[in-house]
Amino acid sequence: MAAGTTGEGAVAGARTHRVAHHFDNAEQQFESGKLGMWIFLSTEILLFGGLFCAYAVYRSNHPEVFVYAHRFLDEGLGALNTAVLICSSFTMALAVRAAQLGRRRQLVGLLGATIALAACFLGIKGIEYEKKWKEGLLWGAHFHAKLAPAPPALPQTLPPVPAAAGEERSLIPPAAVGPAGLARPGQRAVAEGPEGPPHDVQVFFAVYFLMTGLHGIHVIIGMALLSWMMVRAGRGEFSPGYFTPVDLTGLYWHLVDLIWIFLFPLLYLVR
Amino acid sequence: MRETTDPGSVGSGEVAPAVHIVPVRVLATVWGVLLVLTVTTVLAAGVDLGNLNLGVAMLIATVKATLVLLFFMHLRYDRPILAIVFVTALLFVALFVSIALLDSNAYAHQLIPGYGPALPK
Repeated sequence: MAAGTTGEGAVAGARTHRVAHHFDNAEQQFESGKLGMWIFLSTEILLFGGLFCAYAVYRSNHPEVFVYAHRFLDEGLGALNTAVLICSSFTMALAVRAAQLGRRRQLVGLLGATIALAACFLGIKGIEYEKKWKEGLLWGAHFHAKLAPAPPALPQTLPPVPAAAGEERSLIPPAAVGPAGLARPGQRAVAEGPEGPPHDVQVFFAVYFLMTGLHGIHVIIGMALLSWMMVRAGRGEFSPGYFTPVDLTGLYWHLVDLIWIFLFPLLYLVR
Repeated sequence: MRETTDPGSVGSGEVAPAVHIVPVRVLATVWGVLLVLTVTTVLAAGVDLGNLNLGVAMLIATVKATLVLLFFMHLRYDRPILAIVFVTALLFVALFVSIALLDSNAYAHQLIPGYGPALPK
């Protein structure tokens, strides 16, 4: 039974990686690593699947909340973030290719570019979150934005609209009237009935912050992994014979992009 | 030219995994298509298609996701088991969401005022 090779490479300049004792060869070890990673990615899909389920059920039951509240999100920034992540996936795929070809400097550079684009994504997210915070468009009990009862044009204050007799009210009192948030002027507020904005708008923001927040945490984790890969690549630990960690980190990063590809139309492009 | 790693470039006694290296041309084309599809989905959202808007948006998102899966995550060139594992997870999520929606829609008329007429008994 052949034992795994040790760290010293017989060929000058080539670094070999130890094949663990329970694998027959390096190829089997690499393929097993990939299978394990794909199983992990499947669990990530199930994790976000739970949140997508909450979105689906709530939107199916209260579509007016989503049609109304999504207008407070900046579609342009969301689209920009989508493009940023797509570019970061491109640089990541190129980085894996550089690792496969043994091009160390290119690999380090491309990993750095991916991290930079990820930081851009988080920066734009931060701008969006800050705006929500300032306008009080937060989740659940923290929601304290002032919503205009009429289609938003000029800021105006009106007395609170009382409920019609016998109409069922939600337990959460409606927001006070005042200037509208990011809703575009002149846009017809199709979701608003004669009583004003729909009830429970804060639930949309609960869903929004939960989903984008969890996604953002995954981006931060991805940046940490990419930094670690960059350090290891800088030390010359990867070669055409061993680039598994770069490949697996790439798979994780592409999954982060995948999730955002679905989050963007569901949260920002509601009709 | 077969784009695979050269097993001779690694230390003796070890077989390098013969991997398929995706050509830059392919990666760049996929990147371009993804950006175009992003623009498309934003533009499509500006057109009022009623109930179809969600379907169109999800369809475009699925095409984008498929491109990322096949080429960036090289499922196109890998053993089928990897794709089977992932697609199975997606199928179970679909099952999960659809049953939750079925259940929710069945009771919605009882719980949500003004939701809609109940299903005939």
